[in-house]
Amino acid sequence: MRGATQAKFAAGAIAIALAATACSSGSSGSSSGGSNASGVVNAWWGDPQNPLIPTDTNEVNGGAVLNMIFTGLKTYDPKTAKAMNANAESITTTDQQNFTIKLKPGWKFSDGTPVTAHSYVDAWNWGTYLPNGQNNTDPFFTAIKGYTDVHPASGSPKATTMSGLKVVDDNTFTVALTSKFSTWPDTLGYSAFYPLPKAFFADKAKWEAKPIGNGPYVISSWTKSQQMQLRPNSTYSGDQKPKNGGINLKVYTDPNAAYADLQSGNLDVDNGLPNSALKTVATDLNGRYINQPAGIIQTISFPMYQANWNTAGAQKVRQGLSMAIDRATITKQIFNNTRTPATDWTSPVLGEAGGYKEGLCGDNCTYNPTKAKQLIEAGGGIPGGQLTISYNADGPHKEWVDAVCNSINNVLGNSKSCVGKPVGTFADFRNQVTGKRETGAFRTGWQMDYPLIQDFLQPQYFTDAASNDSHWSNATFDSLVNQANAEGDTTKAVQDFRTAEQQLVTDMPAIPLWYQNGTAGWSSKVSNVTLDPFSVPVYTDITVNK
Amino acid sequence: MGRYVIRRLLQMIPVFIGTTFIIFAMVHALGDPVNALFGDKAPDPAVAAQLRQSLGLNDPLWLQYLHYMRGIFTGDLGKTFSGEQVTSLLASAYPTTLKLTAVAFSIEVILGIGLGLVSGLRRGKSVDTLVMVFTLVVISIPVFVIGYVLQYLLGVKWGIVNATAGYGAPISDLILPGFVLASVSLAYVARLTRTTVAENSKADYVRTATAKGLPRRRVITHHLLRNSLIPVITFLGTDLGALMGGALVTERIFNIQGVGYWLYQGIVRQNTPTVVGFVTILVVVYLLANLLVDLLYAVLDPRIRYA
Repeated sequence: MRGATQAKFAAGAIAIALAATACSSGSSGSSSGGSNASGVVNAWWGDPQNPLIPTDTNEVNGGAVLNMIFTGLKTYDPKTAKAMNANAESITTTDQQNFTIKLKPGWKFSDGTPVTAHSYVDAWNWGTYLPNGQNNTDPFFTAIKGYTDVHPASGSPKATTMSGLKVVDDNTFTVALTSKFSTWPDTLGYSAFYPLPKAFFADKAKWEAKPIGNGPYVISSWTKSQQMQLRPNSTYSGDQKPKNGGINLKVYTDPNAAYADLQSGNLDVDNGLPNSALKTVATDLNGRYINQPAGIIQTISFPMYQANWNTAGAQKVRQGLSMAIDRATITKQIFNNTRTPATDWTSPVLGEAGGYKEGLCGDNCTYNPTKAKQLIEAGGGIPGGQLTISYNADGPHKEWVDAVCNSINNVLGNSKSCVGKPVGTFADFRNQVTGKRETGAFRTGWQMDYPLIQDFLQPQYFTDAASNDSHWSNATFDSLVNQANAEGDTTKAVQDFRTAEQQLVTDMPAIPLWYQNGTAGWSSKVSNVTLDPFSVPVYTDITVNK
Repeated sequence: MGRYVIRRLLQMIPVFIGTTFIIFAMVHALGDPVNALFGDKAPDPAVAAQLRQSLGLNDPLWLQYLHYMRGIFTGDLGKTFSGEQVTSLLASAYPTTLKLTAVAFSIEVILGIGLGLVSGLRRGKSVDTLVMVFTLVVISIPVFVIGYVLQYLLGVKWGIVNATAGYGAPISDLILPGFVLASVSLAYVARLTRTTVAENSKADYVRTATAKGLPRRRVITHHLLRNSLIPVITFLGTDLGALMGGALVTERIFNIQGVGYWLYQGIVRQNTPTVVGFVTILVVVYLLANLLVDLLYAVLDPRIRYA
């Protein structure tokens, strides 16, 4: 029959074409199935962007896993954000510059090998060594002596290890810093400082496929881009022992899909709630919802490198613009109270003792239409005649940028004083910011690396610091920060930082908008869901209901 | 026939090179992907330079493209930023999307042609009106609205099906997403079938067949339908590629980690190998589906010959 032969031809043609394009079929990476033992929590997750190496992970999805499979020298109290010793027995110094770190003996990685001083020193040296291309070393390791030798700004490294790190014995090592940094030990809870086992250095690719750590959980299976199963680590020696039978992290591309799963009981913990659900979430979930400030502040920065923004008049304009923004209404209307109006440049998670000061910004951050208009007019009006606020269109920013502009336009009585300026992608947006190509205002945000006032101020506002996007430079601010870092007494150091922060009130290189809240919803199957200062669920504390 | 197939296959080569280069250039134009790796922070210039060097981003575009093409012919489609081989992503994503597409395609063919046939044969009756109204409604509502509404009603509110596809995307979880994905095409197929069936049912050869005393069933399947399906098959063929591409939206709504998921990730993270790899396969699927359609014409209509 003719039909049959022609059909054969068609099949043959397709086979040839497939062969021609070399469509190789590798093994599909699936491992164990989806059967859940009782007591296991299904939690929301997004695909991590980088390999799960501590020095290479700088986003929340990778960070969440690292916190579960690693425990560092210090850990932050989930409630107070205070740094406490974890793997460290003691961290001592006499001059705020040379530190001696003693480990608690007997800790093990989940493959049974011991956690020693070498685990830390080797991990830090490996992470900072430039040819390894780790993207999360600055500013965490920059304070250590010898950093620039292994990680020069340009050219090839002069050394493979940092001269400031010395192993004394299996449980002791010393760290020399380039300058005094009194609160340095409190930074050591951050994931970049986690130790690495021998297995990592022996076979990195194998380790990356299934990372081994020393934390409360161990990865039992990981199907990339779909889900990761974590189970309690039997060799864990710390205090944060899991209160559940394990965590299954499920990858979601769309927050709405996760929310649908949460409502229908296929997901237990969802800390990626979609904006569209925020209005109804408390009733949808019968109150199983948490909403609290996180260590994230959102700001609008100005290009201080542009001559017209760096004048005495422009300073008044910036103050006026800050006063023209009705933060309370915007956080309520646009964000359904998942943002808290900002009154300083840090975050409430620090607590008063840690450096947060409610109302530090004072009148300059309080909505005052009359005075705002006066200030902007006294300063000679907006440089260039129109304020543009640049943002990346692939993130959820259009709504609030338009609202901020509306607020400014209403104050000035001119519907064209301020417009949003979307940039297609985040990467493109960042290129413009870091390339100093901004001519108007642009959105900036800061998620703290560790709960210290130092982390909110120094990286963003110190002269030429890594994230000083506005390129603001102020000698008084710089010297106060240096003074604070040399201070032996933490309380005094915090006080110095606060005084430095006062410089921002008058100069206003960045307008504080609001603190972002962390939100999470959970199913009726689980209890004790809390968020830590980084607004990541405290996975170890979650219990599964019977 | 054989020469025709070979000619068509040879024509695919320039199309293949052209499309891959255009996609390559477009992703390249999005900007520097290295900056995106650093999140909200300014990239460390030394590390950024190191990464650009190792990813070959310092070379001119044409050289990067040549490197990429050389990789393709040795089976190496590059890596994502998290170090996974694009080939292994393809191997895990395509079967999932193919499953979804197959479910959608079956629904589209069975329901679409079925509805079209019924309404074409009973033109003007209430069944016809019902089908026309149903298809009109489906065509006028965007796919994502249908998706979210059905997900909410069937998955969340009534709990009849899972709201999203579970681990490994079992077929039972793909029926709802498949229906959503097929919905618009289904409506087109129904309307197309209805028109041609209605037109051909008055044709001479149908009358002749009926006059010969053939049973109605045989007249419909062997004479009427076979002739009426030619335009429908053209549509279905081109739609196969569109379904795989259109899965991007549906896969997001129902959290299916298929081609759409990786294309989205690849675009957001500006990972050229991921985007080009996935789109290339889509292009090949599209080309092959078209070839298959052309060959099927000859099967359906003996008058059509390829030389």
